Amino acid sequence: MRQSWWKILTIALLLYTLTAGLLMDVPRLPILNETIRALHFHVTMWFGMILMLVVSVFYSIKYLRTNDIKNDDMAIEFAGSAILFGVLGIVTGMLWAKFTWGDYWSGDPKQNAAAIGILMYFAYLILRNSLTDSQQRARIGAIYNIFAFAAFIPLIFVLPRLTDSLHPGNGGNPGFNAYDLDSKLRMVFYPAIIGWTLLGSWIATVRVRMRRVERVLEDRMINS
Amino acid sequence: MLKEISVLVKKELTLEWRQKYALNGILLYVVSAVFITYLSVGARSGSLSIPTWNALYWIIILFSAVNAVAKSFVQEHQGRQLYYYMIASPESIILSKIIYNTGLTLILALLGYGVFSVILGNPVQDQGLFLLNLILGAIGFSASLTMVSGIASKAGNNSTLMAILSFPVIIPILLMAIRISKNALDGLDWSVSADKIITLIAINAIVAAAGYILFPYLWRS
Repeated sequence: MRQSWWKILTIALLLYTLTAGLLMDVPRLPILNETIRALHFHVTMWFGMILMLVVSVFYSIKYLRTNDIKNDDMAIEFAGSAILFGVLGIVTGMLWAKFTWGDYWSGDPKQNAAAIGILMYFAYLILRNSLTDSQQRARIGAIYNIFAFAAFIPLIFVLPRLTDSLHPGNGGNPGFNAYDLDSKLRMVFYPAIIGWTLLGSWIATVRVRMRRVERVLEDRMINS
Repeated sequence: MLKEISVLVKKELTLEWRQKYALNGILLYVVSAVFITYLSVGARSGSLSIPTWNALYWIIILFSAVNAVAKSFVQEHQGRQLYYYMIASPESIILSKIIYNTGLTLILALLGYGVFSVILGNPVQDQGLFLLNLILGAIGFSASLTMVSGIASKAGNNSTLMAILSFPVIIPILLMAIRISKNALDGLDWSVSADKIITLIAINAIVAAAGYILFPYLWRS
């Protein structure tokens, strides 16, 4: 956990994302225009969120197998970072939608699905806080986390594809692949995904360490 | 295993039959909810538009199902649960509860359908598809709600928690069911709804499988 190379990589990738994402030439397209830059700041949030939710579920499964509270720390903090990214994704998406679709909320299936997904994970946080015993909290939290993820996958990957969406790439709108023939955007997009995900993991690991320090201090206080 | 499940389902039925007030209560709940809706929208029979009919119907079924299933782990107190823990495997307990709750939800849905037809009119054009959809919806509702009620019962079992935990999880099922139901109301050809039916079955399978795998961990704690 002490390794620092990936933190330096995070900073480098995010600096690159910010400068190249904001300054580099982008394809000029009707309606989208300059807002296509949201690709690096909005779309990447969802990629980061889903990757971190996968990590969170992985640690929840690991917790159920081992009953080691350390796995639960990872699960809750990665879920926490994912929720942060999800909220940022919704906010950036709403700003983008105001300029391209004309409204903050247009009832787009992907928007709705994302909002429901966030509700699911808020419920997860409330469930955890309603339990007082730490082992029980970890166990029941892990169970709900896995269960919610199982419902989250069809919600986010299947349902929006069954109806027309206003999002680029859906319902007759050309996808980014069609816009992006010289793959200029991709040169920023892929590093941006990695950069944002690493930033989320960094936040999560710092918070995990805080949790562990607090636990040790608490134990010491009780034992002394 | 099959024998164990059938015995457990029988046990649930007997238990329900002995405490008739719970069953009657939830049935009355459905009827009152439909009647309140009828009075609130102020619609004369048949004048409700089809999307509104559909939405109101499913919302009432959703709330009744949440209330009906919420009690599946509260009814019996700790001591008796410990007894089941010793004599039955957790897998057969969750399956028996899911089967029993499917039946209960289906009864609620049919009753709601009956009352809706009488006082708000019956615009359904394809009865077969509508009933098939009700069965699939009932399976999905009971699979997700049974698991969530198990979780909520471990967390002091307050009804707010039951609601906030179950609503987001149930929305994918609810959305698919509403869409298929809309097609049935409009009397569209089955081929239009085929992919949605398959998706609904798949979501049901995912939720039920997740419950089946996770319940033993919940039961043990």
